[in-house]
Amino acid sequence: MTDLDLTLKVWRQDGPDAPGRFDSIAAPGINDEMSFLEMLDLVNERLIAEGKEAITFDHDCREGICGTCSLMIDGQAHGPQRGTATCQLHMRNFGDGQQITIEPWRATAFPVIKDLMVDRSAFDRIVEAGGYITAETGGAPDANLIPVPKSVADSAMDAAACIGCGACVAACPNSAAQLFTAAKASHLNLLPQGQPERYRRVEAMVDTMEEFFGSCTNHGECEQACPKEISIDFIAVMNKDYLKSKLKNRRLLSRD
Amino acid sequence: MSITLDAKVPDGPVAEKWTSYQFDRKLVNPANRRKYEVIVVGTGLAGGAAAATLGEQGYRVKAFTFHDSARRAHSIAAQGGINAAKNYKGDGDSVHRLFYDTVKGGDFRAREANVHRLAEESVRIIDQMTAQGVPFAREYGGLLDNRSFGGAQVSRTFYARGQTGQQLLLGVYQQLARQVGLGNVALYNRTEMVDVVTVDGRAAGIVVRDLLTGELTSHSAHAVVLATGGYSNVFFLSTNAMACNVTAAWRAHRRGAAFANPCYTQIHPTCIPQSEEFQSKLTLMSESLRNDGRIWAPADRDETRPPEQIPEAERDYFLERRYPSFGNLAPRDIASRAAKIEVDAGKGVGPRKNGVYLDFSDATGRVGEATIEERYGNLFEMYERITDESPYKRPMRIYPAPHYTMGGLWVDYELMTTVPGLYCTGEANFSDHGANRLGASALMQGLADGYFVLPNTISNYLAPQLGSSPVPTDHPSFAEAEATARDRFAHYLSIGGTRSPDAFHQRLGRIMWDFCGMERTKEGLEKALSEIPALHEEFRKDLRVTGDGISVNQTLEKAGRVEDFFELAQVMCLDALTREESCGGHFRAEHQTDEGEAERDDESFAHVAAWEWTGDSAQPVRHVEPLEFEAVHLAVRSYK
Repeated sequence: MTDLDLTLKVWRQDGPDAPGRFDSIAAPGINDEMSFLEMLDLVNERLIAEGKEAITFDHDCREGICGTCSLMIDGQAHGPQRGTATCQLHMRNFGDGQQITIEPWRATAFPVIKDLMVDRSAFDRIVEAGGYITAETGGAPDANLIPVPKSVADSAMDAAACIGCGACVAACPNSAAQLFTAAKASHLNLLPQGQPERYRRVEAMVDTMEEFFGSCTNHGECEQACPKEISIDFIAVMNKDYLKSKLKNRRLLSRD
Repeated sequence: MSITLDAKVPDGPVAEKWTSYQFDRKLVNPANRRKYEVIVVGTGLAGGAAAATLGEQGYRVKAFTFHDSARRAHSIAAQGGINAAKNYKGDGDSVHRLFYDTVKGGDFRAREANVHRLAEESVRIIDQMTAQGVPFAREYGGLLDNRSFGGAQVSRTFYARGQTGQQLLLGVYQQLARQVGLGNVALYNRTEMVDVVTVDGRAAGIVVRDLLTGELTSHSAHAVVLATGGYSNVFFLSTNAMACNVTAAWRAHRRGAAFANPCYTQIHPTCIPQSEEFQSKLTLMSESLRNDGRIWAPADRDETRPPEQIPEAERDYFLERRYPSFGNLAPRDIASRAAKIEVDAGKGVGPRKNGVYLDFSDATGRVGEATIEERYGNLFEMYERITDESPYKRPMRIYPAPHYTMGGLWVDYELMTTVPGLYCTGEANFSDHGANRLGASALMQGLADGYFVLPNTISNYLAPQLGSSPVPTDHPSFAEAEATARDRFAHYLSIGGTRSPDAFHQRLGRIMWDFCGMERTKEGLEKALSEIPALHEEFRKDLRVTGDGISVNQTLEKAGRVEDFFELAQVMCLDALTREESCGGHFRAEHQTDEGEAERDDESFAHVAAWEWTGDSAQPVRHVEPLEFEAVHLAVRSYK
């Protein structure tokens, strides 16, 4: 256990329309067993003690599962450790005397609310457009009626592991949301239960995505940044389904 | 005003009550449902499922969450699984067995009729969630896989890797998102409920605070459903998410909803021990790990060798020793207390000697590292990220931590609180787990309440109101509640003291952990009851909240939540003090057997204690709902 003396360069912005700035904040005596967010908690406690306003940042479960936390740390979404959300990042990954630059997610579709907090509700719009299986409460058949091959269930689970944090968008030079949308769509499109709405789903989700986000040009930064290491192969699955949805034009043929 | 606790349990044998209730209840015609408005606060499993289902059925629903998205609710963090009496393994499970295990697991302090209904509905939950696309773990043949959890001798736990809560919540969130997209549910995110409004003794609506602008607004409806989770964060350090709080339930309590069994808190045995002073939360390691992990402590208190060098003969597998038939899968309260006994005896491990080992080497030898990785890979990774030690190479270190609260708002069989028209579902209510919840039963209860119970029972209240409109939000009661909330938040900003809300919360948590945690004594509780009001008084005078009340201010949000914890903490200690017995998670040192097991007093305490707010948090009134056991015989709960 060692103590680190750090300097934080933190993005501060009073509100959505206010201009932002970097504040330089000294953070001495940081125990390296702390998580990154505990370090920020401590910095905030010190700011309050000085009568200053605490740094606003989104966070909640601190177990890497709720997807609430974010942060560009030295230009990397969720910081330097692979497959790790900011809340699970520990200070032992940093060195004594280091300067750390902390910024919010940067994307037009994720406007800054205050300091490091952004609005990610565009993700909800994509799911509302079709990221579900229509299965109203009460009518479900026995769960073992439709066997699902283990490999299919496993792949669906790999996609469903997405925590919706937005790191993929923040890391993408185009601010594209292909990895998020592909993970959501593929989770359902791979399962037998998701087949009836497969093409309708992918079309609605992709079209909604494009209202908010940039276009994918296969940089692959999203996969690198993803705290759940979701594979960009799912983007290929989504693109194939999307193409098919347009070619088959099922929406018109089935007259639904 | 005095409260009467009428549980409204239907007549008839326990196995037929729910069926007969569903037939007898009043219905609302599908075409009339759009004439009703329902408010749902909270979008976890219980709230999200209720809002989605009510929306599907045709009611006009407003759903509120203080998160940025409905998908963030803390249900998401549940790891291990969800119980259901499917008996897919053919190992003797049944609705009756799940019912029995749950009543026994709760140390005979739950209402039989509710638990039976829960066991009945458990079966439909798995069907429903599978149809929605939850990728539960499967066997190679494509059928659903199961594993075992504490307190059961059958395999009835369905799971999705170590992320079952996440997958179930995403299922619920997707159903809710569909209703939002269709316009049946209006969802208000980043909006926190700060008060319940009653008019003529009935729930009329709520007052909410927009967390982005500080603006207070009122919303009215024919009925209000609270699904706002548990209060483990009263201990400051718990496995709960940082924002989990008691405010919604507590504000309802102050408006007349009785608070039941607040002292029933669950301390989960397998969490990562605290490593440093500024730690903000404790991380759970799923109970499912106890399927393959063996818990032990060194036999010698002066042991200094690393675990792999301690020979078998010098290890004490204390759960297997004390509870041979359930072994490492003893229920949570029992496993937690056993670990505490080891650590208190000086046999703790790790740099702070504050843990015991959870060892996978036997299982790895038996089934291979690949299988262990498939079962628990993500948990092992999480552990390594936090502690910098690999559980594949060295046993995990674990210690109990506050995790779940069985107590909550008192509800009748219909999930209605003592305020007519105000319902409470999920962890926020007190109903189904008695004095101890079994693993993998929280997800089951949240979903049962949200999908299958509340949408059935609420029509019984709504049907007679056909033709009436919700109380308009310009009613003086709304104005009064808004003004009270406005003053409250303005006051926090104006105190201008020296200490942050977190500084107070930390101290409160310490008092609660020391005196109202895993082991309670009369003396300790009395000490807590003198220290809490004193600290609360300091809070009122010395709080410092920086920033303003018209933009995002997380310090201000926290101040309101901490203040409600102060009042809750007092009734928790009072409840623990009054309950002169040990049962489940409530262990009074004065009431134990010679072997150190919990000793119930069924003569005097086979009842629910529900507290009524009187305006003074030191003087609540205690009411009692007797518990009658018809289908299950009261017995000493043995896992030996």
